[in-house]
Amino acid sequence: MVRVRSEGDGGRPHGAVGHARRDAPLPKAGSNCATGGDPCRGRYHRGVRETSTKPESLIRARGLTKRFGSFTAVDGVDFDVAPGEAFGFLGPNGAGKTSTMRMIGTVSPVTSGELTVFGLDPAQHGAQIRMRLGVVPQADTLDNDLSVLENLLIYGRYFDLSWAESRRRAKELLEFVQLTERSGDKVEPLSGGMKRRLVIARSLINEPSLLLLDEPTTGLDPQARHLLWDRLYRLKQRGVTLCLTTHYMDEAEQLCDRLVVMDRARIVAEGSPRQLIDRYVTREVLELRFGRAEGETDDSAYLEGKIEGLAERIEQLPDRVLVYTADGEAAAAAAYERGLRPASILVRRSSLEDVFLSLTGRSLVD
Amino acid sequence: MTVAGLRLGRPGAIASRRSLRILEHDLLVFRRGWHSYLLSGLSQPFLYLVSMGIGLGLYVNRNGGVPGGVPYLDYIAPALLVTQAMMAGAFEAAYPIMGKIHWDKTYHAALNTPLGALDLLAGDLMWISFRATLLSLLFLLVIVLMGAAASPLVVLAVPVAVLTALAFAAPIMAFTATQTGDSGFNALFRFGITPLFLFSGTFFPIERLPLFLQPLAWITPLYHGVAAARSLSLGQVEPAGLTIHIAALVAVALAGMAAGRVTFRRRLVV
Repeated sequence: MVRVRSEGDGGRPHGAVGHARRDAPLPKAGSNCATGGDPCRGRYHRGVRETSTKPESLIRARGLTKRFGSFTAVDGVDFDVAPGEAFGFLGPNGAGKTSTMRMIGTVSPVTSGELTVFGLDPAQHGAQIRMRLGVVPQADTLDNDLSVLENLLIYGRYFDLSWAESRRRAKELLEFVQLTERSGDKVEPLSGGMKRRLVIARSLINEPSLLLLDEPTTGLDPQARHLLWDRLYRLKQRGVTLCLTTHYMDEAEQLCDRLVVMDRARIVAEGSPRQLIDRYVTREVLELRFGRAEGETDDSAYLEGKIEGLAERIEQLPDRVLVYTADGEAAAAAAYERGLRPASILVRRSSLEDVFLSLTGRSLVD
Repeated sequence: MTVAGLRLGRPGAIASRRSLRILEHDLLVFRRGWHSYLLSGLSQPFLYLVSMGIGLGLYVNRNGGVPGGVPYLDYIAPALLVTQAMMAGAFEAAYPIMGKIHWDKTYHAALNTPLGALDLLAGDLMWISFRATLLSLLFLLVIVLMGAAASPLVVLAVPVAVLTALAFAAPIMAFTATQTGDSGFNALFRFGITPLFLFSGTFFPIERLPLFLQPLAWITPLYHGVAAARSLSLGQVEPAGLTIHIAALVAVALAGMAAGRVTFRRRLVV
């Protein structure tokens, strides 16, 4: 695999990605696409501020803005989602992901800018758009007065299905999400993972061509998450377009062909998971942890002197030093040569998490 | 009736046929518990009418009775019928709607379908009308069985009761959409609904109230519902008076729906 490394990224201040950088043409697909297969089609080749409507765009947003009073939740974002792709909004809490999703779902009016879903204007054709949408909201919003099956049945009725058709699809979907044996039960006693699966089944009752998922696996245990991912992956195989928000990096890497990173109401980066990793971080990360002894006198200044120049980009955290480098082993050896004796050394492949932190910063967002 | 009521509102106030889906939802929930509805719908009127109409009525009748000399049972039976519908309307517009908006957020799930906020409002008002109709019919049955009505016009007390239920349910639903907890409801029921229940001419004529309180009774919808139902049940209908009572109820219900249109949109479409 040939790897294109973006030089000079080390000096870039965190969280401040200029438009020029974001809009620069992406590296040629194929050379650096590690996710394999499907995601490396040419659709990422967005020029600077592409203005023509791609006929195949399922969702198209230009300058999309949402304000609540004086608070700006979404600040002029541009993106396109093509049919059949899995598109992700990644970002910390409060970045504007949910507000964006709610506008796409036509349940939240657009403040300004352009938005079309299936080529339709949400303000004019909300009901028509929703007819073809599946929505998995952040909260389960299941009906505790009804049984598992009835939750699906009535939801099918909301989409104008006949009772018979709704029942047929409901049973099929319960099978799909492995809840058949619970179909007569009340919703309340179900586990978090089961409720999530039921919400996904509910969102599919109208056989949507676009599925919106707002933090689909937040709060679930690993088994439940993997089961959900598997189901979402199967939907994608069937040609359903997925549009999801998450703050789990592994989820984004698993599910998304392409994603945007949102921070403070804006899109700060866009690309496939692999492209983002290549563009914003190095191939590997060397994590050096130091015990108390190393920096007893004046650790930060002392360390800084020792590690300077070890790699293009080094991040010093209270408990450890992150060295972003193409070759973690070599950097570790270099650190030893310089007389550094860390308590522990870890060389790992860099992940979306590194991209995320480098773009959105480490400070806690509330 | 609700759909017709909404049609009377401003142009564009027509609820879409989709609101029927919400009624279907509520009936699906109702299907699970209809036996208990039926049981309480029959036992409540019976208990009230026996204890107050017959038990308390014995003393009232012996001590000069109510104005007009009608038996106390006949006097309070239509009033209690209307009161029970009011209670059901007020309650159903408060806690269950709060659940759908705020606690369980099932309205939000419905909004992800082709349904809109006004369909939810109209659909649940239809459900409340349905429930008030059912309760009132059961109450009517008990009244007839106990011989507590003087006139066959008592059957018209049922639509009056349903209209009264709506006159409470619509403004309370509008209010519910502005709330984020149930503390507002506690105040509403303690200082609003309960005093109305006691002092709207239900158990004694409002002429017995202190003079300064009488105009207050006049502006409450329950007073009009009780007066209308009583005149029908006793067979003492004054067309002008009845028209005023009905008009007052319709006005409050429509004002409540108009308010609900605003608060539902404001709450659910953000």
